[in-house]
Amino acid sequence: MAERFTTSAARNIFYGGSAFFFIAFAALTVHSHFYMRNTSTDEAGLSESVVRGKHVWERHSCINCHTILGEGAYFAPELGNVWVRYGGDKDPEGARAALTAWMNSQPSGIEGRRQMPQFHLSEQDVNDLIDFLAWTSRINTQQWPPNTAG
Amino acid sequence: MKYATQRVAYVYFVGAMALFIVQVLVGTIAGTVYVLPNFLSELLPFNILRMIHTNALIVWLLMGFFGSAYYLIPEEAERDIHSPLLAYIQFWLFLFGGLAAVVGYTMGIHEGREFLEQPLWVKAAIVVVALMFLYNISMTVLKGRRTAVTSVLLLGLWGIAIFFLFAFYNPSNLAVDKLYWWWVVHLWVEGVWELVMGAILAFLMIKLTGADREVVDKWLYAIAGLALFTGLLGTGHHYYWIGAPAYWQWVGSIFSTLEVAPFFAMVLFTFTMVWKGQRDHPNTAALLWSLGCTVFAFFGAGVWGFMHTLAPVNYYSHGTQITAAHGHLAFFGAYVMVNLAMITYAMPHLRMRDPYNQILNMWSFWIMTSAMAFMTFTLTFAGVVQVHLQRVLGSTYMEVQEQLAFFYWMRLGAGIVVVISALLFVWAQLGPARVERPARATLTQPAE
Repeated sequence: MAERFTTSAARNIFYGGSAFFFIAFAALTVHSHFYMRNTSTDEAGLSESVVRGKHVWERHSCINCHTILGEGAYFAPELGNVWVRYGGDKDPEGARAALTAWMNSQPSGIEGRRQMPQFHLSEQDVNDLIDFLAWTSRINTQQWPPNTAG
Repeated sequence: MKYATQRVAYVYFVGAMALFIVQVLVGTIAGTVYVLPNFLSELLPFNILRMIHTNALIVWLLMGFFGSAYYLIPEEAERDIHSPLLAYIQFWLFLFGGLAAVVGYTMGIHEGREFLEQPLWVKAAIVVVALMFLYNISMTVLKGRRTAVTSVLLLGLWGIAIFFLFAFYNPSNLAVDKLYWWWVVHLWVEGVWELVMGAILAFLMIKLTGADREVVDKWLYAIAGLALFTGLLGTGHHYYWIGAPAYWQWVGSIFSTLEVAPFFAMVLFTFTMVWKGQRDHPNTAALLWSLGCTVFAFFGAGVWGFMHTLAPVNYYSHGTQITAAHGHLAFFGAYVMVNLAMITYAMPHLRMRDPYNQILNMWSFWIMTSAMAFMTFTLTFAGVVQVHLQRVLGSTYMEVQEQLAFFYWMRLGAGIVVVISALLFVWAQLGPARVERPARATLTQPAE
């Protein structure tokens, strides 16, 4: 056994196997790419305001407190489904007003409660950001999260 | 130190240790915000603190990898580094880019994808740094002796640079963005970084135990193979809930479960080499860090990773403190400890002294590993409670977090102990030297 499993055999298995699994992974990634663009996300609804909203999200590094689709910093609530949590799927105007009021009222200053900074967003920034969060809530996430608490 | 140009590793190790201290200090501040939420909330909000904590970690680990490569490649290739000057320029450019990024974060200058927050020019500088580095070490290896250690190390380091290029691709479709974001994040830490780790451990085993190179080479290829065979498709465990097809739940669950294998192989490898070893190396602290590294990587990356990697479990645990617990112990066990092992081994040679301050170094080992284990346990318990209250019972996020305060206090305590142990480590490396050899090593080796 030890004689037959030579160093060069080990090396060849390593390079050959790695190449095989890399190609398999790359192929599945390409398939997933098209699945996302055609099936699981609302590519047609990816409007300019949603794209701008994603930049608002990134510019203020929201992900380093919140999570979105479970990825981020675990310090503040999940926002992938915040639109649904605020009832946006049933009453979009009400949810938009509530989210806007929430962001404008930060930081709460309440002693002992986690503080969200005031980012001084323009009215358009806020609306773009909400469009982005509403768009995100429509991604087919295989029914994740388990409930609206996120 | 056999080759004069190995000396360039010194600045890399000092820089790495300095950023290590920054990382754990800022981590403690962030841990304080968890229990005293109004602390610094206007001056340095939590998102800024966390960016500094994670980015400092990544930069210092890479700096340690660069230093390790510059230290071990001359001995493996049996020749001096191609251009020591380039290596020094690379160091200062990298340090400047890293510090500029951190200072910029405090002023609100950053991008917004997790771990890839560096402004575009810093990302470009990182690519330039990587090219200088790869050119330098590749030339050294190509002109010298080829070994399994240098082959696997080079592949890992080239992989780091190539997969980083996905950091420049930011599609406006969030799901597609996440799909490729993991090509940087996962393929680094659960892919090519493991090759670097395996190569460094193999080098340390050859030096510390006198293990037969033929045997080490086979182990190294087997470990590297297991890492990539499982780790590439194991990326699927990040694709469960981001809009990717459902088949990832099967692919990700199976292959990421197997990701435990390379870490278990590393435990078997290091302990077998020590058992069979022909050499009683006087630097026992370096051996302690090497063995501890594989054990903690196995538990942190392997066991704690497996705990929540199966799709039906992850459905409930995804994005909770369970993830935080795993992240902390995995990064510590695998990549922090392999760097500290290499620094502990190389520093006495770089400073041209005997192995020194070993007792203090070993104190640092036991305090740091205990505190990290404790931190992981507290976060794990917090995560279990969070999963039950939030994901099963449906309580709101903020209500649940209030229930977890006790765990966060204990985590902060553990964090403070980690800072103390990190300072002990740095003092053991850079402080005044004491000659501390184990008694048996003094007996078996001639006086110098």
